[in-house]
Amino acid sequence: MAIRVKVMRRPEREVSYLRATLKGMAVTFSHLLQPKVTMQYPEETAQEGFWHLSSRWRGTHRMLTDEQGRAKCVACGLCPQICPANCIKLVPGEDEDGHRYPLIYEIDEFRCVFCGYCQEVCPEEAIHVGVHYENAEYQRERFVYDLERLCAQTHPVSTLWDPSDPRGE
Amino acid sequence: MTPELKGLLLVSAIKVLLVFVALLVGVLVVIWVERRGAGFMQDRLGPNRVGPLGLLQNVADGLKNLVKEEVVPARADRVIFYLAPLMSFVTALILFAVIPFGAPLPPFDVTLPLLGRVVHEGPIPLMVADLPVGFLFIIAISSVAVYGITLAGWASNSKYSLLGGLRASAQMISYELALGSSLIVVLLLAGNVMLSEIVAAQQRMVWFVFAATLAYLMLHIAAFAETNRLPFDLPEAEAELVAGYHAEYSAMKYAMFPLSEYVALITMSAFITTLFFGGWDIPFTAWDEQAAATWSLGAVLRTSMTALVFLGKTFFFVWVFVWVRWTLPRFRYDQLMFLGWKVLLPTALAYIVVMATAVLVLERWGIAQDWKYGLILFLVNVPLVAAVVFGLDRRRVLAGTQRRVPMEG
Ligand code: SF4
Ligand code: SF4
Repeated sequence: MAIRVKVMRRPEREVSYLRATLKGMAVTFSHLLQPKVTMQYPEETAQEGFWHLSSRWRGTHRMLTDEQGRAKCVACGLCPQICPANCIKLVPGEDEDGHRYPLIYEIDEFRCVFCGYCQEVCPEEAIHVGVHYENAEYQRERFVYDLERLCAQTHPVSTLWDPSDPRGE
Repeated sequence: MTPELKGLLLVSAIKVLLVFVALLVGVLVVIWVERRGAGFMQDRLGPNRVGPLGLLQNVADGLKNLVKEEVVPARADRVIFYLAPLMSFVTALILFAVIPFGAPLPPFDVTLPLLGRVVHEGPIPLMVADLPVGFLFIIAISSVAVYGITLAGWASNSKYSLLGGLRASAQMISYELALGSSLIVVLLLAGNVMLSEIVAAQQRMVWFVFAATLAYLMLHIAAFAETNRLPFDLPEAEAELVAGYHAEYSAMKYAMFPLSEYVALITMSAFITTLFFGGWDIPFTAWDEQAAATWSLGAVLRTSMTALVFLGKTFFFVWVFVWVRWTLPRFRYDQLMFLGWKVLLPTALAYIVVMATAVLVLERWGIAQDWKYGLILFLVNVPLVAAVVFGLDRRRVLAGTQRRVPMEG
């Protein structure tokens, strides 16, 4: 098979970088004077002012609780099952009345890919991903959130993308 | 020691110290301008946290570089590896020695404690060394600067660095020629290579940017290549060569390269100012040109005003360099060579012929070297510049840049 060389016809005669240079310089200069979009982070945060997080933002998790302050989770095992990062550790327990509850419920936020499947799959609307981004810690171990910590989170929960309402209206 | 020698040494020491400190502070300021300017052009703020307006950010970065770990590649040529950053830094610093940055100060004859009688005869030129070889020195030393880069690339024993170094030397050769030949015109006009004389000649006539516009344009283009800045930063070319010649450098040895780049940037701007924009000359006035014979408030004021004007002009060119850097993409290698060898060099040579003829004719006519002389040369320059712009614009003056030939197939 003969090798075919495709010759690109570049528009050689027609272009001039002189003009483009001047035009570019005008563009950069005009941007010099335009308002800036930088967020002065520690002083300004995304909750206030010009910047806001989408309500569909998927951040660190939050476990919702019932009126008695217990986690809504019934230890059905769906979220560890669906989690693509395999980062949810669930050990189910059962009380005298036969109610199931999580003995251990831990999410390793380092392994989590924030897909939000756990929220989608949960039959009890217990586990949620949250609208939150300030997660810094001093130790790696602190990124494994246990049940108590998950319940104690107060940030708003994410409203995941709804296929029947794609624009969130 | 005679009082004269003492005076010379004292004055030189003060000037060296002054220029050195001013350059280093200037570098910090220029890097700050570059980073914040880049930010502003990209609709963000740039570093604004350390110190007022972020001015101390570079001090912090310098400290960080000082305490960082030095890494030397295992198979590197150690001696040259250590020598290369020094070479580019020192050559960049030395260049400023011959640039006059203000009107001369009057002579003095005083008796100081400890030193005794100190005499300086004749006005004190505000430059570290008023070398008789003037800008030839600058051209010579600035081509030594490329050794720093090339050797850095070679000594690192890394393919990317080597490519960067090779590019640097090829680029330097292509542009050194255009730069040198464009300066011949300045030489013709001033009749002298001493930078102080060139400034004086511009005070007599007009600024050489008007009398030798094309030479200025070529010098400015070549200056981008000389200082390895965008659009000609091929030795570094972080997108292709990781970081080019300094890819293997770390800590302070690495910091030497950007430092020398910025020193060279300042020097180049000062050089352009001196050769084409009247140096420390304040336009439309003559009071700054009369040398003072005795110390007075006026003499000091005159010198400081001219130094300020010089600073302002230099800073303007620094700003142009920054502005262009954040506007233009990097040239392809063949484009760079094309521009250097096929456009700039022939233009420069032709320009020398034209300007030499013009100067000769003016001499025959016996026209004195004053502003009329400059005006005539300016009128000679206008059509030349127009022709070059027309040619560079690929012989089109009207259509826009966005037009593309539709591709077939
Ligand atoms: S968001 Fe996705 S990855 Fe993270 S815990 Fe839930 S299911 Fe697992
Ligand atoms: S899916 Fe919901 S109820 Fe089931 S284990 Fe997970 S959090 Fe608990």
